[in-house]
Amino acid sequence: MKHLLSINDITAAEAISILDTAAQLQNLTSGTVKKLPTLRGRTVVNLFFEDSTRTRLSFDAAAKRLSADVTNFAAKGSSVSKGESLKDTAQTLQAMGADAIVIRHGASGAAKRLAESGWVSASIINAGDGTHEHPTQALLDAFTIRKHFGPTRSDFVGLKVAIVGDIVHSRVARSNVLLLKKLGADVTVIAPPTLIPYGIESWGVAHSFNLDEDLESFDVVMMLRVQLERMNEAYFPNGREYSRGYGLDEVRLGRLKAHAIVMHPGPMNRGLEISAASADSVRSVVLEQVSNGVLVRMAVLYQLLAGPDQAATGVLA
Amino acid sequence: MSLVLDSGEITRALKRISHEIVEHNHGTDSVVLMGIPTRGSFLAARIASILASIESPIEHGYLDITMHRDDLRLRPPRPLAETVMPASGIEGKHVVLFDDVLFSGRTIRAALDALGELGRPQSVQLAVLVDRGHRELPIRADYVGKNIPTSIKETVKVSLSEIDGKDCVEITGGER
Repeated sequence: MKHLLSINDITAAEAISILDTAAQLQNLTSGTVKKLPTLRGRTVVNLFFEDSTRTRLSFDAAAKRLSADVTNFAAKGSSVSKGESLKDTAQTLQAMGADAIVIRHGASGAAKRLAESGWVSASIINAGDGTHEHPTQALLDAFTIRKHFGPTRSDFVGLKVAIVGDIVHSRVARSNVLLLKKLGADVTVIAPPTLIPYGIESWGVAHSFNLDEDLESFDVVMMLRVQLERMNEAYFPNGREYSRGYGLDEVRLGRLKAHAIVMHPGPMNRGLEISAASADSVRSVVLEQVSNGVLVRMAVLYQLLAGPDQAATGVLA
Repeated sequence: MSLVLDSGEITRALKRISHEIVEHNHGTDSVVLMGIPTRGSFLAARIASILASIESPIEHGYLDITMHRDDLRLRPPRPLAETVMPASGIEGKHVVLFDDVLFSGRTIRAALDALGELGRPQSVQLAVLVDRGHRELPIRADYVGKNIPTSIKETVKVSLSEIDGKDCVEITGGER
């Protein structure tokens, strides 16, 4: 494995092997060991064209715990605001010697472009490209689900997962649907009709416009952030109306199965898609998701960088 | 392929090593066993049960050393094995490391580094089932099941019933 651009790039077995590695890393780092020497001398560049708290900090922590050198790049305050292109920015990083580039970009396909253009020889990790994919988020969500529903299981057959909210703008939803399906889970996406993407039938998952219909049947309820910054038209009348139909409030929380967990990729709009009480309830695993994120990203960096230098898939121009 | 240790010989070697550990440490107080996965873990568990019957119960754990290897960049990434600390830790203890075959010594170097991350043992000792020579580092074993002079071209294959269904040590390849 040279790059991680999409969940489509990895098999179910490879995904499980990443989750196994993350689980062993949790063992290894739970005691006094905070830092492993594995990636000493390697350089990881966090190339962030879009704002991020969790993902950037998480990749930063993951790389540092494996002793890699980390360079953080944020588009704000860089030459990007002077009009420098992705190509020139990437080649500058290449010239400085990057072994892996973790990229977040507002345009769908930016990571793939970087990986296949031949501009750089580094491993590319997609940390969110537009409304397309966010594969490490799906992996950390799967890791969290596995911890709660059987830490050694090699598939999710028999698990019912609801993904609720702003599906159309969500790269988290796309990556999660791909991975959960790959692992055999029974997935339903739930949203108002305006927030369900066109052609949802081709996703191969059930969809519903009614959150209240089958709420008792789910093992995992994954709430998505309403991405107001990507909404340039009216997708729902107002916040209160959205909340009433699709927000996870105390009443709905009370209807969930006894063992069901509530997930949210963050950042949360408290009071909009999830009530404060639900977000802070014992069923909420939001903070677990954050700590698991570091382990899963360590596992991904290990898989991509620990082995021999791999020849770039594209020839360097 | 030639058989160098059969099941009975392996059992006798492990019993002798157990007695040597007791003798060397004047008992088993503050001695803990750490096996290096995969087969070193089974050896540590076996020695722990032998010591429980001849002396007193003793704690054991497993130490995965993959992340500390110096040949990571030479091979594709390998899956990690489980690390389990002995219940009372290793701080101030006499740690006996277990591996199946002592060869270049690089695994043991990695194990010493990994152990150093976990705490500061009073002492570290090394027990191996087979010492086949060809060291690349200044490392030696304190307890050896059997010294087997080998050619560098040969492969020493240790099979243990827990994972391979039988107990034996065989040599393959090379001219003997």
